[in-house]
Amino acid sequence: MNTPLVSLVEAGKAYDQLDALSSMTMSLNEGEVLGLFGHNGAGKTTMMKLILGVISPSSGKVEVMGMAPDLKEAWHCRSKIGYLPENVSFYEQLTGLEVLTYFAKLKGFSKKQAVELLEQVGITYAMKRQVKTYSKGMRQRLGLAQAFIGEPKLLLLDEPTVGLDPIATRDFYKTVDQLKSNGSSVILCSHVLPGVEQHIDRAMILSSGKLLAMGTLSELRQQAALPVVIKPISFEKGGLNGAVTQNTQLNGFLTNDCQNTLMVPEHEKLRVLKQLLNLNGLDDIHVESANLEQVYQHFLSEHELLEPKQTNGGQG
Amino acid sequence: MKQILTVANKEFHDGLRNRWLISITLIFALLSIGLTYFGAAASGAVGVTSLSTTVASLASLAVFLIPLIALLLSYDSFVGEQESGTLLLLLTYPLSKSQLLLGKFIGQGTIIALATLLGFGASAVLLYFQLGDSDILSAFGVFIISAILLGLSFTAISYLISLSVSEKSKAAGFALITWFLFALAFDLALLALLVGVEEGVTQQGLTQLMMLNPTDIFRLVNLAGLDSSDVNGALAVAINASLSQTQLFSALVAWVILPLTLAIFIFKKKKL
Repeated sequence: MNTPLVSLVEAGKAYDQLDALSSMTMSLNEGEVLGLFGHNGAGKTTMMKLILGVISPSSGKVEVMGMAPDLKEAWHCRSKIGYLPENVSFYEQLTGLEVLTYFAKLKGFSKKQAVELLEQVGITYAMKRQVKTYSKGMRQRLGLAQAFIGEPKLLLLDEPTVGLDPIATRDFYKTVDQLKSNGSSVILCSHVLPGVEQHIDRAMILSSGKLLAMGTLSELRQQAALPVVIKPISFEKGGLNGAVTQNTQLNGFLTNDCQNTLMVPEHEKLRVLKQLLNLNGLDDIHVESANLEQVYQHFLSEHELLEPKQTNGGQG
Repeated sequence: MKQILTVANKEFHDGLRNRWLISITLIFALLSIGLTYFGAAASGAVGVTSLSTTVASLASLAVFLIPLIALLLSYDSFVGEQESGTLLLLLTYPLSKSQLLLGKFIGQGTIIALATLLGFGASAVLLYFQLGDSDILSAFGVFIISAILLGLSFTAISYLISLSVSEKSKAAGFALITWFLFALAFDLALLALLVGVEEGVTQQGLTQLMMLNPTDIFRLVNLAGLDSSDVNGALAVAINASLSQTQLFSALVAWVILPLTLAIFIFKKKKL
């Protein structure tokens, strides 16, 4: 009985000669936050457009809330979908409130809701000013307010944190968490950004229209088999010198270029840590698992090794 | 329908905010009042001249101005929103392409129509109080209605331009060329055809050719009823084989509906 909110079955989109997206299969459940990563031309925006129903797939099937989103019958679903495009500059000569009221009305809501949303994103103070006087961050907040109209069940956000200051970014992620706990699903599309990890349930990594990897962060880490970086630290000068190098259980993990840094596979982590704890002169240990950015880099470089440099200039 | 009105309302308010309505109204009012009072200045007299002269001179100016204004007002309607990214966003809303297009058309069409009515209507009312001749109201009535249709026709034509190009500057260029072709070049070509090619076209044929240009239909509507001594060029020939006013008005209406339908068709096919 758990039908996914969004499902793509071997969906592809080709423009003339170019495969913007090829044979993509994925699904998104209610209340799930999916991170969609890939650099420019990877097919992120094409995938979003397919889900939004603005374009139709050239092959395969796309379903949103149980219907093909490009069908006329699926239109009533559109008021339950919020979208923040990557590059949008709203009507410059209108005030923030006028812009948001226009969009709210098109979704069947009133000016009152528009004011509430502006409050939520924190630009009430500027709502009577023309958009052309807004800073990049304020415009982005206005765009987010637009995407949040009508408490959407599905949100597609393309580069949502571009131009936001750290506080606004934190507020933004708070809103995402809140929407998630209300049962909304979110697709966050971005270059890999620090801080996004805690807020997504799953990540998808795309490159030149193909799916490279998909899963929770720990699944991806396992797939990538990236080592954990462990740094034993001693405050005394030369305190650990030799101790690690002489230990036959540890010296295998030592890196060549950097002294006292061990690269340890995930499953060996605890064993190595126990060994290290036994060493004399140890004051502190730094343990760092591979972060999303490293996982992303790993999959991309692996992909490039398999498929040497294709010429491609895709749709963003 | 609600969606169409929301879009129309926004476009109309844009027109008010950008001072389009007020400036077009002023241009039309000054033009018509000026021509009404000083149209005979060349012959040494100041004051109200004959009704037919006034309408003839108004029509020959309006035929250049109205298409130009309509094209200016609407050439960036779609390509502008496409460039700023709002077009893509709007299409993810519960709003169909034809609703968006019709909404824009109603909003911008209202601006043109209202400006024409107020601008030219002002001088009609003024003339009526001066002369008290009820012919004035009917002559101006025909003039104003055909002028509105001409404006709407060029609004629809500018949507065709706006939907067919991908850059705003290109749209502006095409709008200018379109204006030049319809308002100037077409008539010159007709004249050349008449004079240069002996027995090239019959009177009947000429009138039919004129149906291919909304500005010529507008001229025919307004000049056909007048004393032909005020009219010269290719028109005078065509007027002699004149069509009925109803036929001419239907042709003008067709020049509104056909480009609009074609624009919707192009919009639906457009890749985003």
